[in-house]
Amino acid sequence: MDTRPLETAADPKGLRRIAIDPLSRVEGHGKVTLLLDDDNRVRQARLHIVEFRGFEKFIEGRPYWEVPVMVQRLCGICPVSHHLAASKALDRVAGGWPVPPAAERIRRLMHYGQIVQSHALHFFHLASPDLLFGFDAGVDQRNIVGVAAAFPDAARQGVMLRKFGQEVIRITSGKRIHGTGSIPGGMNRAVDPAERDALRAELPQVLAWAQDAVALARRLVEGLPPRYADFADTPAAMMSLVGRDGAMELYDGVLRLREADGRIAVDGFDDQRYRELIDEAVRPWTYMKFPYRRSLGVDDGWYRVGPLARLQNCDFIPTPRAEEARQAFVAAHGGRPVHTVLATHWARMIELLHGVETVAALLDDPRITGGPLQAEGPRQRSGIGIIEAPRGTLIHEYEVGDDDLVTRCNLIVSTTHNNQAMNEAVRAVALRYLDGETITEGLLNHIEVAIRAYDPCLSCATHALGQMPLAVSLRAADGRVLDHVLRSSTGELLRDGPAHDAEAAQ
Amino acid sequence: MSAVDPSFELDGQRVPLQPGDTILAAAARAGLDIPYLCWSAEVSASASCRLCTVLADGRPVAACVTPAVAGQKVECRSASLDVQRLRLLQMLFVEGNHFCPGCEKSGNCVLQVQAERAGMTDLHFETLNPERPVDASHPDVLFEPNRCILCQLCVRASDEIDDKQVFAIGGHGIATRLLIDSPSGRLGDSALSVGDRAAHICPVGALLPKRVGFAVPIGQRRFDTEDTRG
Repeated sequence: MDTRPLETAADPKGLRRIAIDPLSRVEGHGKVTLLLDDDNRVRQARLHIVEFRGFEKFIEGRPYWEVPVMVQRLCGICPVSHHLAASKALDRVAGGWPVPPAAERIRRLMHYGQIVQSHALHFFHLASPDLLFGFDAGVDQRNIVGVAAAFPDAARQGVMLRKFGQEVIRITSGKRIHGTGSIPGGMNRAVDPAERDALRAELPQVLAWAQDAVALARRLVEGLPPRYADFADTPAAMMSLVGRDGAMELYDGVLRLREADGRIAVDGFDDQRYRELIDEAVRPWTYMKFPYRRSLGVDDGWYRVGPLARLQNCDFIPTPRAEEARQAFVAAHGGRPVHTVLATHWARMIELLHGVETVAALLDDPRITGGPLQAEGPRQRSGIGIIEAPRGTLIHEYEVGDDDLVTRCNLIVSTTHNNQAMNEAVRAVALRYLDGETITEGLLNHIEVAIRAYDPCLSCATHALGQMPLAVSLRAADGRVLDHVLRSSTGELLRDGPAHDAEAAQ
Repeated sequence: MSAVDPSFELDGQRVPLQPGDTILAAAARAGLDIPYLCWSAEVSASASCRLCTVLADGRPVAACVTPAVAGQKVECRSASLDVQRLRLLQMLFVEGNHFCPGCEKSGNCVLQVQAERAGMTDLHFETLNPERPVDASHPDVLFEPNRCILCQLCVRASDEIDDKQVFAIGGHGIATRLLIDSPSGRLGDSALSVGDRAAHICPVGALLPKRVGFAVPIGQRRFDTEDTRG
């Protein structure tokens, strides 16, 4: 389905505008706008990110050792991912890469704890109401309170799985949210054996819950009514880190890009050279940038990151239960690449299971309780840290002056990678389910369901400042456009763009 | 201790005196807490912050510089003094740029802990959001003027302990600022060395040895309690 004409209506005059604002059950603030003609045919559909943060700018001028803690404030759901991506980048600046084995394992433990808690939060608290009650169930039921009332066991397991992940984060960083464990060159703490033992005691139950979660996600996705079988089916290339042996790898690895048809396009790509692989474009109607593969260009180079991409990008998962679940996922789809976005929930729960298994293995590793925690070496001027955050590939890049202050910062967060993919999903759903229909709240929720499958973190995705594209129209009292100015991402002022384009986005 | 030993009364508690004691020094020795920001046993008192203001026989005085007098009744904890301290702390917060979540001094910061003890939950006043460029010119010490509360501890430590006089206070009113004795006015051109006491005595995160950052884990910081141990 070619949805591209729907990004910008040929002539938005006279079209009816519907806004889903704010999007609910996502992190951060965003909205969807639809432009419909008199016959309710969809002429334009866009996901706009309307928050504005500015992290890249105010990190400039800060001492580099402050950054891994400061950047956590980008997000309250996956601060650990920013903490560790920044640490990995600044390990190189501090000359402390690779970090000692104990520090590497404690960081991994923190990271997989984060995967568990974030995935549990998303699936049970944010997404499951749609899947359990139906996309057009009443809004009074379609929430976590409704889940707790109708499916108390599932709700409780979600809460407890999340709590377990939060505890893993606490014993490695000092706090459940916004801790300080990881520092450039290593860690500032080891794991206390008593706290480790307390978590180990919970593992049998937590593993059972994680397996139940995979089964539940599978049942819900496979049990969808037939008319949702191809819900938001948007074929896309897939990018993620993988291990050098092709294993699923979430903390540190090499980049792999797989085409939508399953062929590997790029493999074993050094994460420090990511700029040769991708670039970012901006559009005037949203604060979120559009990354793309350099080799294919802005229009065709978009791709997907996150659980659905990772599960299909790797050759295997290096923990037995999750690998078994991955094989079942592949077999259930006949070995074909899967691009229906609701399958992301199934993939996400397989990753949650992998997270619990990995935490279990790391808790058994005696190195997490001590040993050298910090590495030292010659100072460098720049560093790149790439990690697989719960929502997908997260890139932190810093340049640091001789005076130790950050001179440049670039962050490409998971949700930004998925910007085009989410917009494609919005348009696919709008065309398939809303086009020509009388719009109801339930139908509009279909669009939110597609966006929610990406578990977007819109707060994280709106970190840029100074690159904000801006459109301004000056109109006379009678509505005539007197002037229209578009400020590009480079600060250049352009006057040849259509004035209504910016206004239709409002 | 006999009943005739000199003493004064602090909030109803008897505090023994030694010759030359200030109210704050005597109270500190007795384990009684009078809030302060700018005092240190290592250097002379300066009465800069006025957080230690108490009522000595009904008269407001700075406890850090006021000699303790036998038989005196001193009031430290009262509703009006507590509000006054809270307002002082709030003014210090709004005059600078104090972002505890990203500050490496968090958990070791005297301003932070005094604000917490004073029950400060908001800024009360409008923030001034001053623009004060960071001075990272020194190879081993960072000066972050956004966090400076003009307590003068570095001024006194540099003068009295390090015998260098690297720092002074200049300007007036809201424009008052910490001056650095160097041709450029920058720390890198001054005589400060990272081994100097002045480089470590800052009660907030304004003067910091570089590349230490968050090396002390949560739970082991100076002011960590059961509540902040995660």
